Amino acid sequence: MKESTGMKAFRAFNLVFLLSVVFITAYPFLNIIAQSFSSEGFINSGRVNLVPLGFNVETYRLILADSTFWSNYGNTVLYTVVATAISMVLTTTFAYAIAKKDLKGRSVFIGLAVFTMFFNGGLIPNYVLISSLGMRDTIWAVVLPNAISVFNLLIMKSFFENMPRELEEAAAIDGLTQYGVLFRVVLPLSKAIVATMVLFYAVANWNSWFTAFLYLDKPELFPVTIYLRNMIAGVTTAGSAGGTVENVGQIAANIQSVTIVLTVLPILCVYPFVQKYFFSGVMLGSVKE
Amino acid sequence: MALRLEVPPEAQPAMKGVKPPKKAMKTKTGWKLAIRRDWRLYTLLVLPLLYLAIFRYLPMLGNVIAFRQFQPGGSIFGQKWVGLKYVVLFINDPSFWQAFQNTIVLGVLTLLFCFPMPIIFALMLNELRSQKFKKFVQTVAYLPHFMSVVIIAGMILQNFSLTGTVNQISEGLFGSTVNFTQDANWFRPMYISSEVWQTMGWGAILYLASLTRVDESLYEAARIDGANRWQQTWHITLPAIRPTIVTLLILNIGTFMAVGFEKILLIYNPLNYATSDVISTYLYRVGVESSNFSYAAAIGMFESVIGLVLILSANAIFRRTAGTSLW
Repeated sequence: MKESTGMKAFRAFNLVFLLSVVFITAYPFLNIIAQSFSSEGFINSGRVNLVPLGFNVETYRLILADSTFWSNYGNTVLYTVVATAISMVLTTTFAYAIAKKDLKGRSVFIGLAVFTMFFNGGLIPNYVLISSLGMRDTIWAVVLPNAISVFNLLIMKSFFENMPRELEEAAAIDGLTQYGVLFRVVLPLSKAIVATMVLFYAVANWNSWFTAFLYLDKPELFPVTIYLRNMIAGVTTAGSAGGTVENVGQIAANIQSVTIVLTVLPILCVYPFVQKYFFSGVMLGSVKE
Repeated sequence: MALRLEVPPEAQPAMKGVKPPKKAMKTKTGWKLAIRRDWRLYTLLVLPLLYLAIFRYLPMLGNVIAFRQFQPGGSIFGQKWVGLKYVVLFINDPSFWQAFQNTIVLGVLTLLFCFPMPIIFALMLNELRSQKFKKFVQTVAYLPHFMSVVIIAGMILQNFSLTGTVNQISEGLFGSTVNFTQDANWFRPMYISSEVWQTMGWGAILYLASLTRVDESLYEAARIDGANRWQQTWHITLPAIRPTIVTLLILNIGTFMAVGFEKILLIYNPLNYATSDVISTYLYRVGVESSNFSYAAAIGMFESVIGLVLILSANAIFRRTAGTSLW
């Protein structure tokens, strides 16, 4: 096929446009990584861009030696694991039941869940509720309030709905109860969706900070996102690590970068593998009934 | 127990050839039968429904504290009725109206800039012939979506700081630096540009998916009729992805009032409250930091009611005009 000059010009423009999108998106990440390996003097004079200047891993050593950082990091792992497990149990059982098209009252149950997507109690009633349930300063305040994501629920529901019914019927004839069908037939065949949901919940929990910020007051309970938030907000300028350095304010940018890199490291490591699951998950979620 | 072998309840009367005399009776026996047949499924629903009741619906009811006096440590529904006291209070509160105005401005700007960008991005990506390059661009563009908002906030503050990248560019171009993070005039550009950066790649996913479903033969027919690429885009591609655009537009309008609460809370400061303080951050300060729970609940209820009204009306309008809606 012959291409007109206009088409060629457009293709060139398109290429430049998309390359600049790539550059602009990636730049802050590369910049943070470069800063994390740079000396503070170079960062403060605004000279670190994509290449580390004054190569320095001392800050990594400081942060990795900081017990607060490690305990907060451990909290993040704990909260992520527990919250994801709770979410998976609630989401799977709920989705499985409402995926049964002849379940009586099904539309009511779906409606009850979907309505919460568009209307919620708001910050204050939630805050008062969690406080009066005595969940403040406990792990429950972090792992329970957002246990079901209706979006994930709907994805799982549509996955279960698309399972061949004959399979479940055959299992039922063979004498399996509805529990048996779920645990011995449906779930083993749903590894793809279960993995996707675990990823969705795990990433969301790893990244979350606000519930912890709202309901946790004891520093030993903080997840690492709060450690980072306090650093950014200047509440604790450089964690306990900064205490060993003369000028706490000076080291801030470098310490921040190191903490950011360490916090996103697990996500960056799984990202290339996880990405396609997220994509297909969103695809499923977009399928309208 | 056999799972799907029993006669479905609605088929039973017909089979017997006798209609039950009252509708109410039919429902009642229907429920009995359903519970006998599916009680295991209903037990699976118990925990999730309990969760929804406690963590979703109880807080909705808890909004009555907007009309009642709440005492710290007291019932989540408040102690005694005070009527519209707190509503009147926020209607006469200039700080609230400033936050309200900022919410509207940021909401409109977000809709103007963050909504069309993923569409443009998806269309541009779709023009690529190299699948490898397309994958690469997408992989990088999604990245910000997977990051915690705390990390995004850290990056924003570093890049817009006095020695940050944006100021390096500004110094190179204009020979001067701007204190972006402390200047109320710069909050909106800073917020919106970071929002576009954060959401563009991920937002394009659904459009890309619907683009792959466009019928190729339509383009061929259009080419034979002599349509150029722009005309093809305008008359075939855009109409084909219109349902997706409308659906996402309705959802965006529904979240209009909840503009980037967590992000703003992390990057704003008292120096730029004049433009950065939105309803949700204001009610956070009033409610959580100053413990005026009833007052903040009144503001929060106002916010969510507007959100609900917006999404209901957007849905109704688009159902009539565009034939596409969420429900």
